[in-house]
Amino acid sequence: MVFSYYPGCTLRTKAKELDRKARLAAKELGIELCEVPEWQCCGGCYPVAKDEIATKLSAVRTLMAAKEADRPVVTVCSACHNVLKRVNDDMKNDPVISDRANRYLQNEVPYQGEAEVLHFLEMLRDKVGFDRIAEKVTKPLTGRKIAAYYGCLLLRPGKVMAFDDPENPTIIEDFIRALGAEAVVYPYRNECCGAYLALEDRDSVKKKSSAVLNGAKAGGADSVITACPLCLYNLQKCGGEIPVLYFTELLFEALGLE
Amino acid sequence: MEQKNLKETVLRISGVNPRKCMKCGKCSGTCPSYDEMEFHPHQFVYMVENGEIEPLMASKSIYRCLTCFACVERCPRQVEPAKLIEAVRLTVIRQQGQNHLKPDAIPALLDEDMPQQALVTAMRKYAK
Ligand code: SF4
Ligand code: SF4
Repeated sequence: MVFSYYPGCTLRTKAKELDRKARLAAKELGIELCEVPEWQCCGGCYPVAKDEIATKLSAVRTLMAAKEADRPVVTVCSACHNVLKRVNDDMKNDPVISDRANRYLQNEVPYQGEAEVLHFLEMLRDKVGFDRIAEKVTKPLTGRKIAAYYGCLLLRPGKVMAFDDPENPTIIEDFIRALGAEAVVYPYRNECCGAYLALEDRDSVKKKSSAVLNGAKAGGADSVITACPLCLYNLQKCGGEIPVLYFTELLFEALGLE
Repeated sequence: MEQKNLKETVLRISGVNPRKCMKCGKCSGTCPSYDEMEFHPHQFVYMVENGEIEPLMASKSIYRCLTCFACVERCPRQVEPAKLIEAVRLTVIRQQGQNHLKPDAIPALLDEDMPQQALVTAMRKYAK
């Protein structure tokens, strides 16, 4: 299986381990990830306003590269995934945005949202299958109690992301179980960690992130996993005792990679 | 800008129809930044409808919204309050000299673990 791969700015810098372990785990599962040539930063957050066009163009370029290569584009970072999927939805379903973006890019053949955008977890669930991943596990995480932290970016808006049930998701819990661990379901797993308020108000972030970690702890979790570098940062900076890891770190470990 | 134009701008760039709101308050009930806001998500909805845009523009509440979309997902009437908040914020920062975050201020806000994602997102949310 071959996919286009969009790492995004943070996986190239502060979250190198998220990137490295995702690539190695994919390889072990027989998946080839081909990096999108000359990719640009997605901008970190989807531009919500109807009249924001230029800020969507870098995402459109990535989507067009995936269409060109005739492969789904896979991302690991929740934020990149949110931006790419929502911009793709605009290109498909919002004629005004789509028309204006295509004019900016002077596309001879207009891009109309033909690419398929997948989060790495969706790729594992829908293209590989969690049962097959379970077969590939050589070091099952037996006895570990792991809490999945979804945050907001993977799930919302539910209709566009179509990632899982936005109020009662199960994909990361199913992933945890496939690796042989026990999944802890707890309150606040799909509420916001405080996001970019990290820059100007750490106390506010601490309040929001502590609610998440306290919920996980009360549920008996020994670690929390996430797909988002900013969630990881915010949860870790809370100073709780529970380790916060990327989901790819667990996969890497369970596949027996070193 | 006059009040009427401001209201039109906010409605146009948000794409929201505040008249769909049935004032249930669910958006504010679910907002993670509720405690830190002077005007709450449901207030944005009716204040925009009433053309009271300037008090919203002057309020720090516009920098407290995390665009987490909880209010959008859980609104029983598909009003999408977060899009109104975004539109009010843009109406402010698109004006000359109104950036909420200036590049010079950033180095002091960083630590060595801060992901790039936080910076690019904040620059997009707080500056034009
Ligand atoms: S949740 Fe929707 S309908 Fe209810 S007050 Fe908020 S915007 Fe209005
Ligand atoms: S998007 Fe903004 S207003 Fe809506 S719930 Fe999240 S923080 Fe509150």
